Amino acid sequence: MKASRFGRNAAIAVIAAGALALTACGSDNATNSTAGTPAASGPKVTGTLTGIGSSAQGAAMDVWKTNFASANQGAQVQYSPDGSGAGRKAILDGSAQFAGSDAYLKDDEYASSKAKCGPDGALNIPVYISPIAVAFNLPDVKDLKLDAATVAKIFRGQIAKWNDPAIAALNPDAKLPDLKVTPVNRSDDSGTTQNFTDYLSAAASDVWTDKSSGVWPASLKGENAKGTSGVVKTVTDTPGAVTYADDSAVSGKLGVAQIKVGNGFTTISADAAAKAVDAGKPVEGRAANDLSIKLDRKTTIEGAYPIVLVSFHVVCSTYDSKETADLVKAFENYVVSDAGQKAAAESAKSAPLSKALQDKAAKSIESIKAKS
Amino acid sequence: MTTTSLTTSRGAGRAGDKVFSAATLAAGCLILAVLFGVALFLVIQAVPALVAPPDKIQGGAGFFAYIWPIVIGTLIAAVIALVIATPVAIGVALFISHFAPRRLASGLGYVIDLLAAIPSVVYGAWGAAFLAREISPAYGWLASNLGWLPIFQGPASATGKTILTAGIVLAVMVLPIITSLSREIFLQTPKLHEEAALALGATRWEMIRMAVLPFGRPGIISAIMLGLGRALGETMAVALVLSSGALTASLIQSGNQTIAAEIALNFPEASGLKVSTLIAAGLVLFIITLGVNMLARWIITRHKEFSGAN
Repeated sequence: MKASRFGRNAAIAVIAAGALALTACGSDNATNSTAGTPAASGPKVTGTLTGIGSSAQGAAMDVWKTNFASANQGAQVQYSPDGSGAGRKAILDGSAQFAGSDAYLKDDEYASSKAKCGPDGALNIPVYISPIAVAFNLPDVKDLKLDAATVAKIFRGQIAKWNDPAIAALNPDAKLPDLKVTPVNRSDDSGTTQNFTDYLSAAASDVWTDKSSGVWPASLKGENAKGTSGVVKTVTDTPGAVTYADDSAVSGKLGVAQIKVGNGFTTISADAAAKAVDAGKPVEGRAANDLSIKLDRKTTIEGAYPIVLVSFHVVCSTYDSKETADLVKAFENYVVSDAGQKAAAESAKSAPLSKALQDKAAKSIESIKAKS
Repeated sequence: MTTTSLTTSRGAGRAGDKVFSAATLAAGCLILAVLFGVALFLVIQAVPALVAPPDKIQGGAGFFAYIWPIVIGTLIAAVIALVIATPVAIGVALFISHFAPRRLASGLGYVIDLLAAIPSVVYGAWGAAFLAREISPAYGWLASNLGWLPIFQGPASATGKTILTAGIVLAVMVLPIITSLSREIFLQTPKLHEEAALALGATRWEMIRMAVLPFGRPGIISAIMLGLGRALGETMAVALVLSSGALTASLIQSGNQTIAAEIALNFPEASGLKVSTLIAAGLVLFIITLGVNMLARWIITRHKEFSGAN
């Protein structure tokens, strides 16, 4: 009897506590929303934006969505890095409001985007640029100059030693060691591999006979490791090893090759990458404000660095509701803004968009509208 | 007073029995349902890859050409792990159960169990960052001195990230499983058998060979099979350690790939048919594991009557 009475009392206490907690929550929300309104800049946006796509953007996306949510009370962005292909599929069937993709929409994807994204279809906006370094571990060599054909031969295993005549011809001044060349590639499916092989298949088409692909060609023998950190670690531990990796991830112990562009050799930098992106050509047959960029991997512009990864946000040109359209505009405006690009450069070590590209992106974002 | 309490308790017991047997039945059925559900999911998701035209599958030569090298790679890694781990594990188990002073034995057993608690990603990081680098000179030696054996054919990998390194890491990971199970089995050896063997003048090693090992054989086999299950399915350690590639006979060159690592490395960026292909690979792994377990059961039942356990 005693026990049961105690139990009943406890139950009442629990219910009371629960009720208190609930009321506390309610009043908390109310004060927050009134306090939040004046702080938000521009038109107030609310709701949840869902994006799916590239894992290369993952680190940048984390900081973008956090900063965006803290600047805009009531609005939030969810992003699941399921891969570029999954992201493009999701925006085409309407299950996501935007996609992150390491490649712009293909022609047939653009055509089918008109079903869900209004008569103008989907827009591709470049948001994330990352130059890809060719990094090597040679204890006594700091400067190394390579051209596309030599890089392709190295990664195909056709150059056995670092003092090979093909490398020596490009580096007359360097003291090249008699050391085995160990090319290291990514073992996982990645946008970095996709862009690196795209560069090789375009700029060294007679050596690199495979198509560009996110998966390293299975027919090639070579070492590999998982993820950017994995390849950098492996190369750091192995004298004579060479890899390709996002420039930001390459540690100071490794050398980074200069790449032959035109008649000169370009050192990797954010500016050089942005220059190569600006030199890219817009893709034909897209919406008026679309910013799909076909990179010219064979560019001869002085100071451009063509081994670069450009990642896009794919958004609709027309959304069903004004609320969603405003939310997308606010978010994308933040992403391409100075603040957004700087945040990504700090956390994900990407190269910021050039001013010209930022302006184009802002104009493109402004054209997003709701179905009237 | 006594009678009433007895009858009530018996009544409650009968109800309790019913509830308990129903609960166990439900738990048993749940396991079957979950297993069936997983198999069904794998089959349904894998069908597109199995019926797709060969040139659409990664590699361009159909699903079979895609899967068989990684099946062989999976088996190679698991076999290396067991070949290394089994003798060591049985040795450690025998030492703990029959040779070590009691205080040392309990401490050692605890340490071995601790090995099982380390997450596989830690083993992977250790293998990739430390073991591979340190072991690569040994591979160079193997290539120059035992290079006439196909499995040690040079040139040895410069990074040391080979299937043999992956197998060694797996061996460390399966070691605690085989050790703790074998130790428990060895401790259960009937004291009478051991004393009889000793009384007949057997040395300690002869006693172990005549009394302990025959008694423990089915237990050792099932311990090995459990270890094999872990080695086959281990993902993260292999994905981090192994420098994967095409099927290669040499264990000290980069190359080979396991199913679990293949899935882990490619799933994050996969879409469409690629997902189906990877799930189909998962289905193959599921079938292999099932096959291994059934084989283990069969061996254990076949050996039961000779084991002295009955």
